Amino acid sequence: MAVKVRIPTPLQRLTQGKEEVEGKAGTVIELINDLEAKYPGIAERISEGGKVRRFVNVYVNEEDIRFLQAEQTPVKDGDEVSIVPAIAGGK
Amino acid sequence: MELTEDQLHRYSRHIILPEVGGKGQKKILNAKVFIVGAGGLGCPVGYYLAAAGVGTIGMIDNDTVELSNLQRQIAHSTKKIGVHKVDSAKETFESLNPDVKVIGIKDRISKDNIKDLIKDYDIVVDGSDNFPTRYLVNDACVMLKKPLVSGAILRFEGQVTTILPGEGHCYRCLFEEMPPPGLVPSCQEAGVLGAITGVVGALQATEVLKLILGKGDVLKNMLLIYDALKVNFRRVKVPKNPDCPVCSDNPTITELQDYDAGYCRI
Repeated sequence: MAVKVRIPTPLQRLTQGKEEVEGKAGTVIELINDLEAKYPGIAERISEGGKVRRFVNVYVNEEDIRFLQAEQTPVKDGDEVSIVPAIAGGK
Repeated sequence: MELTEDQLHRYSRHIILPEVGGKGQKKILNAKVFIVGAGGLGCPVGYYLAAAGVGTIGMIDNDTVELSNLQRQIAHSTKKIGVHKVDSAKETFESLNPDVKVIGIKDRISKDNIKDLIKDYDIVVDGSDNFPTRYLVNDACVMLKKPLVSGAILRFEGQVTTILPGEGHCYRCLFEEMPPPGLVPSCQEAGVLGAITGVVGALQATEVLKLILGKGDVLKNMLLIYDALKVNFRRVKVPKNPDCPVCSDNPTITELQDYDAGYCRI
């Protein structure tokens, strides 16, 4: 079992169109680095200098990591991680 | 105000619901809702609110109907190409339901006009197509304590959240900063499946009606994410940010700003 990571629409280009991928347990920032190894370019879309960008939210099972331990929030096998960037379309 | 025979008939499927009844239907008829944008989201939101009998619907949009809008903007039609969207929507909604008055504003929303525009309305709905407008609408609603039902779409994905100033989170608690220009594509660049504007718009209209009726739960402190390809709805928690620049106890943003710098609008 691994960590399930939901990839948002704007980043699916980097995951060969996959909207769900698997990553290694650890901390959120380790998970992002693990994704980068498999899907080059994805880490810098989500984070900058080891910090998650301010217009992107990361949820571990429904909980926003900003209100947990931020990038150091632990993720374990079976957890579901969602990467949710702001979108603005309406027309 | 008593409901007329026609109204009892028109709204009979509402009135039969214990959560609505004649009393709730009167609340709907007396409600005033302001919709930002008469496009992909504004059309279904306005359509369902008009059908429900929302008495006053304000709508702002500066665009005219184009052929490429008609794949999703269901209040407009081929013969309305070139007509202002708010005029087109007004005709559609008022012909659907004569109980409804639509006030269309052909302008762009800005820091200078937004407070005047929304001050007499009960609820604001955001169906705009760009980040600067979304942050402006949020800040104005927080300052005037207006409930705001925000929806957004892109490709096969939708997001909906309901902001109750003073009670729950605001859009800035959810996304602290808007992305730099160019990083998140627009629908014009990235596309959108027309029907998902209907899903998201109908969710927004439902949130509005529950707020009017005071029934059920709304998406306060929550973001609903719809993934059409996976047929998946997910709800995530959105706590109020104690350091939010606009809705915290010590806000750093106390005056409205326009945030357009560097942004091009569609």
